[in-house]
Amino acid sequence: MDKSQYKNVFVFIEQREGVIQNVALELLGKARELADTLNEKVFAMLLGHNLTDQAQECVAYGADTVLRVDAPELESYTTEPYAQAIHQIVKTYNPSIVLIGATTIGRDLGPRLSARIETGLTADCTGLEISDERELMMTRPAFGGNLMATILCKEHRPQMSTVRPGVMRMGKPDANRQGTIEDVRVDFDKSKFRVRVVETVKEKKDMIDITEAHILVSGGRGVGNPEGFDMLRAMAKTIGAEVSASRAMVDAGVLAHDRQVGQTGKTVRPDVYFAMGISGAIQHLAGMEESEYIIAVNKDKYAPIFNVADLGIVGDVRKVVPILTEKLAAARQKK
Amino acid sequence: MKIVVCIKQVPDTTEIKLDPVTGTLIRDGVPSIMNPDDKGGLEFALRLKDQYGAHVTVITMGPPQAEAILREAFAMGVDRAILLSDRKFAGADTLATSNTIAGALRALEYDVIITGRQAIDGDTAQVGPQIAEHLDLPQVTYVEDLKYDGQKTFTVKRTTEEGYQIVEVDAPCVFTALASGVKPRYMSVRGIVEAYDKDIEVWGFNNITVDEKKIGLSGSPTRVFKSFTKGAKAAGQIYEVDPAEAADIIVNKLKEKFII
Amino acid sequence: MDFSLSKQQNLFLQMIREFAEKEVKPLAAEVDESERFPIETVEKMAKLGIMGIPFPTEYGGAGGDNQLYTMAVEELSRVCATTGVIVSAHTSLCCAPIMENGTPEQKAKYLPKLCSGEWIGAFGLTEPNAGTDASAQQTMAVKEGDHYVLNGNKIFITNAAHAHVYIIMAMTDKSKGTRGISAFIVERDFPGFSIGKKEKKMGIRGSATCELIMENCIVPAENLLGQEGKGFSIAMKTLDGGRIGIASQALGIAQGAMDETVKYVKERKQFGKAIGQFQNTQFQLADLQTRIEAARLLVRKAAYKKDMKLPYSADAAMAKLFAAETAMDMTTKAVQFHGGYGYTREYPVERMMRDAKITEIYEGTSEVQRMVIASNLLK
Repeated sequence: MDKSQYKNVFVFIEQREGVIQNVALELLGKARELADTLNEKVFAMLLGHNLTDQAQECVAYGADTVLRVDAPELESYTTEPYAQAIHQIVKTYNPSIVLIGATTIGRDLGPRLSARIETGLTADCTGLEISDERELMMTRPAFGGNLMATILCKEHRPQMSTVRPGVMRMGKPDANRQGTIEDVRVDFDKSKFRVRVVETVKEKKDMIDITEAHILVSGGRGVGNPEGFDMLRAMAKTIGAEVSASRAMVDAGVLAHDRQVGQTGKTVRPDVYFAMGISGAIQHLAGMEESEYIIAVNKDKYAPIFNVADLGIVGDVRKVVPILTEKLAAARQKK
Repeated sequence: MKIVVCIKQVPDTTEIKLDPVTGTLIRDGVPSIMNPDDKGGLEFALRLKDQYGAHVTVITMGPPQAEAILREAFAMGVDRAILLSDRKFAGADTLATSNTIAGALRALEYDVIITGRQAIDGDTAQVGPQIAEHLDLPQVTYVEDLKYDGQKTFTVKRTTEEGYQIVEVDAPCVFTALASGVKPRYMSVRGIVEAYDKDIEVWGFNNITVDEKKIGLSGSPTRVFKSFTKGAKAAGQIYEVDPAEAADIIVNKLKEKFII
Repeated sequence: MDFSLSKQQNLFLQMIREFAEKEVKPLAAEVDESERFPIETVEKMAKLGIMGIPFPTEYGGAGGDNQLYTMAVEELSRVCATTGVIVSAHTSLCCAPIMENGTPEQKAKYLPKLCSGEWIGAFGLTEPNAGTDASAQQTMAVKEGDHYVLNGNKIFITNAAHAHVYIIMAMTDKSKGTRGISAFIVERDFPGFSIGKKEKKMGIRGSATCELIMENCIVPAENLLGQEGKGFSIAMKTLDGGRIGIASQALGIAQGAMDETVKYVKERKQFGKAIGQFQNTQFQLADLQTRIEAARLLVRKAAYKKDMKLPYSADAAMAKLFAAETAMDMTTKAVQFHGGYGYTREYPVERMMRDAKITEIYEGTSEVQRMVIASNLLK
């Protein structure tokens, strides 16, 4: 194939009820970086109905051109109308790279499109770089995160990738950035619209099972009482974490048994495990020592928890947590 | 009703450990299992069999050892099992894999095709929707629950980040199932006793309907350029500082790791 | 000679281990603590065919053999000895004697409901004054027209409180000694049949061990199992089979205690290293694992001989004797390796040690097993 026919970095702008999802903004930032390296342009593919100023937002976050498809068929996401719209854009514009957020929408749309276009798709990427040969190097975890693989798609265009939300850094929006907004008309084949949405329900999801949580804030005897645990809950909330506990706290009735980490509780492997006021008895360690990153706060500098901690703070949990919560909240705000 | 469930044999990734010294994967002794989401999909199919007398076929692509999960499927109650095994299929990425399986499905009768949402060794979630595209069928992904009206319409609950969606779709169609939506049945003792008396059909390239250029390594647009592990864990750092400074250290570390 | 497992056996192990791990283990501590019969587990096992493993499919069984059955009892007991003995007593002491001695009508009437697990089975031989000397039966059965009238008490009956069908031994002719004992199939709803007090036990505390009381209990004549006077022989043969089940239970308890110990000694650090790195630990565990493996081979061999319809009485006795003593030793040492933690209910080895003891006692004490083995040796 003649790769020179394919140019520019295209980003699927995922919006829900008119709100652009963070992952799309993160991708615009990454696309900007990739396009600058290639000396090419960033195109945002904005699909929806009754769109307002979303196109300007895309420009502010790094798009050079926004391809806007505003149609009643695209009001809310279903596979086929979105696939048809993007397929038409890809066939018309010949992008070199197409980036999609690895959300439930992106992971529904991406593979359908890649099969329609007959090109490769690398799923759930956590790293994107341009090689010396101007190829897109797509890095992703495999084997449950135990292995990282870098994938190339050399003989096919576009190079498609879905990207994990929260991995790429969102750029700072620049309201003064200039870009072009093009409205695209799509000829839908409605005979292919075979899935009917009956209802879409937003629900406050129940607390995530602690074995599935990405961040766990876990409390032990050092937290003291139920009020002390409320402090941990507040801290967990600021970073979207779940709370769990050592056996001592569960036996004391502060938390239910399904929140217990350890030998007689659950084995967890979150990305970050906060051991707050947990001394680290062997039966507790058995349940958490395979966590990706362990942060421990404990008064006793000889506590066994420090043997497995990646970051240890010798100090009083009840003093550290309130300040930490404040600073975490502030750090989130800034972003 | 005829249902085909696509299943995959995968290493049990929860059993894979990193060598603490070299940081490499220890794959020895890691058991091979039926992919959990696929098993969830199989359970949906078997429930339709229990309720409506559906005929259930399982199909897998893999080496001869993948027979094990087909026997397991027999012991759970499926009617027919097909192993897609041919050197021409080897080295396939998701697109080539989906072309191969779609090729086999063209040679089968079906009203419903069910796959798992994703396999735990690759986590790509691509093969199901790609099969749907190749066969020009509607797809419903992330299926947590499904109901059949006994005629042709399915009412499906699919999971989203914010909650769930209820959609309707008519057969023929493709579902990708979530393991969390359904608890798969255990193999029955009688099923196990009889599983090895049943025939597994082994299909090669000649049994399926697909362009040879679209399968195997040569039909795969993507290539693994390199793979690596994250390396061994370094010893931890311990600080004895005042609470404010401690909080700063933690916040900075979390920023560094993109947690916040 | 082939010591490897067949593919079918491996598939069975995959199922039963997963079942034990996910459905049985989580309840084990609570079942023990509250002395509760895990009826929900029995219902789950029934659905999968675990309550009728070695019986033909025509009687509602799974069509498997005694190898699979012993593997099931072992794997269940590895996580919960209560669950293991429920299956063992039901299968070996109730279903098996009906299968082996029943008339076509009896088999057709009882086996499908028992093998499917809809009904649970039990066995009544032991009496307050007839323990190891089972010949001293005091329960009487008197034939009156088309039925027998049974009077007497049976004690220490596993599954008693939840069973529907009981194999009951009773004297039909006291003058003939053991040759005057007959076996009956008794349903819990028969008039004059009732369940007495529940025992408070050291271990296997969920197995609903109770007394059975028969006061002018009316048993239809067609429920005589085998011929009149063959009861003692039926009971002894039934216990031969039962011993394979109890040997499997003991084996499972021993292996379960070993699993827990291995996990613990790798994690527990004292004097700066994992206690598993001390040679004292290693040598003791090596000896124990060797005995567990030897017990397993004895169990498999006894089951093999039963499947092949070869005489297996001494094999079953050796398997039970050796497995039970291994279980007692293994669990006692497991508690020792766990130190203070092992003495608490935080860790399952405490329960396992209490559970292990009964395997040296019921279905023939270790002394009885030695008698059986010796009499075979010296005959």
